[in-house]
Amino acid sequence: MIEEPNDSQKNSVGIVKAEYFTFDGLKLESGEKFGPVTLAYETYGVLDKKKSNAILVLHSLSGDAHAAGAHEGQDNPGWWDAMIGPGKAFDTDKYYVICSNVLGGCKGSTGPSSINPKTNKPYALDFPLISINDMASAQKRLVEHLGIEKLLSVVGGSMGGMQALSWLVRYPEKVRSAIPIATTARHSPQQIAFNEVGRQAIMADPDWRSGNYYGGASPDKGLAVARMIGHITYMSDTSMAEKFGRQKKDSAREFKFTADFEVEGYLRYRGDNFVKRFDANSYLYITKALDNFDISQGRQLADVLQGIKAKVLVIAFKSDWLYPLYQSKEILKACKLSGVEATYCAINSTYGHDAFLLEIDEETHLIGHFLKNLL
Amino acid sequence: MPNENIKPDHKIILQLINPHSSVLDLGCGTGELLHLLAQKKGARVQGIEIDEQAIYKCVAKGLTVTQGDIDSGLAEYNSKSFDYVILNQSLQQVRHVDSVLKDALRVGKKVIVGFPNFAYYKARWQMFFKGTAPVAGALPFQWYETPNLHFLSISDFANYCRVRKINVEQVICIGKDGRVWFFPNLFAQTGIFLISE
Repeated sequence: MIEEPNDSQKNSVGIVKAEYFTFDGLKLESGEKFGPVTLAYETYGVLDKKKSNAILVLHSLSGDAHAAGAHEGQDNPGWWDAMIGPGKAFDTDKYYVICSNVLGGCKGSTGPSSINPKTNKPYALDFPLISINDMASAQKRLVEHLGIEKLLSVVGGSMGGMQALSWLVRYPEKVRSAIPIATTARHSPQQIAFNEVGRQAIMADPDWRSGNYYGGASPDKGLAVARMIGHITYMSDTSMAEKFGRQKKDSAREFKFTADFEVEGYLRYRGDNFVKRFDANSYLYITKALDNFDISQGRQLADVLQGIKAKVLVIAFKSDWLYPLYQSKEILKACKLSGVEATYCAINSTYGHDAFLLEIDEETHLIGHFLKNLL
Repeated sequence: MPNENIKPDHKIILQLINPHSSVLDLGCGTGELLHLLAQKKGARVQGIEIDEQAIYKCVAKGLTVTQGDIDSGLAEYNSKSFDYVILNQSLQQVRHVDSVLKDALRVGKKVIVGFPNFAYYKARWQMFFKGTAPVAGALPFQWYETPNLHFLSISDFANYCRVRKINVEQVICIGKDGRVWFFPNLFAQTGIFLISE
């Protein structure tokens, strides 16, 4: 199918370390001033003398700054390790790749679980409502701090794609290209609905205690259920059938509603694992930011994109029913109408929304060539 | 790229297009023609192609392409936003010829249509003497595997343009060795029309 094989398994960026950038704060989209803000970030590759080879990689809902390589003493690779490294799509021999944890997150950046300097306690629900644009505003501060005037590209899947669109629309002069993957220009009612069920699960957990659970038991059950719902929407009917079938687990029945089927066990495992690494309040804040996202702010999308010189590569996946093709096509159409140079490809994948993390060969081909032709 | 490697229909289209024009190729395949137009004519090119694997080849050539079905229309393109819209070897494969052509004529100041001539003498020969569906010239497919939905001749398309009041600016008919001047509807394998609204 694709001519060039890629050695995604082999070429790692090696041992990496998170860094932290703290700044006074920023004016949120809501008008509120918020600070100080810390962003956790990692970088891979070397910034060239002209500072023209920087690519900002943007993570999805549950992602973090650790996109590639491994941390000292740990062997878990970054969430997009197959895409970032020497000879990979984001070739670290050529490009300087930056990934930061979003504002509102819980992996080193300021979020609801961070200490509020005014009270010396975690913010919890005193944390302000943030938006995708606020996440991008914070990233812009980081990029400026790194001395970069103009990014070669901003790229991300899902929520990362929304941040890429935010960069494209709000800072068009700061990016030479944008690669929104498996994403949308605005959250649909269905997407909002799934997120709302997740939030209700968290808030229904008695341990949530209006968000003030820090230092005590955390709402693990609620967060795990939210994650389970998420995982269902990230897969497809086909990928579930292929992965689990109607296979039953062989463990003995403890009670009537034990997880009998493989798929049940998988979801429970995913849910239970997630609570170890994610903060429930962050989940609430970030999903709200997703739901409020509408890059066109009620205007015509094509009007919002008018005059943008950056090139755009829109990638979607045929079996993605959470961010269906029509949403990517809408981005593409708006680009065409506004005269923005845009390429669009719908990759034939059965993985559902998760495909953006899994269809490495196809993405590598598209993104690799797209970036090469920008230089 | 030496001239000899350029396909005869591509050669004609290269000649038809003014340097530095904007071009939209509907059904651009692997982007061969667009690449030529960009390289040799300095054209600003874009393409639409339905096949995913072909899209990968286009992207590898550095082309701006959209994966899509030209049958579903060109709603996302503004009127007269391209100097040329090309339908080369693709019109006979679309379902809705009328609406695709209408949209192409709206979006492009001029439209170039290239198609296999069904009235090519070898095709006629096969039909008449062998009684089989033609596999000849620019019609290399067996009846059961052809992507073509419409079978038209150079005369058919000329008549069509007359009926639809489409302005025919130029007709170029070619065989495997270049232009055909003598009874083109009989001896040409491919017809290329430059048309406008």
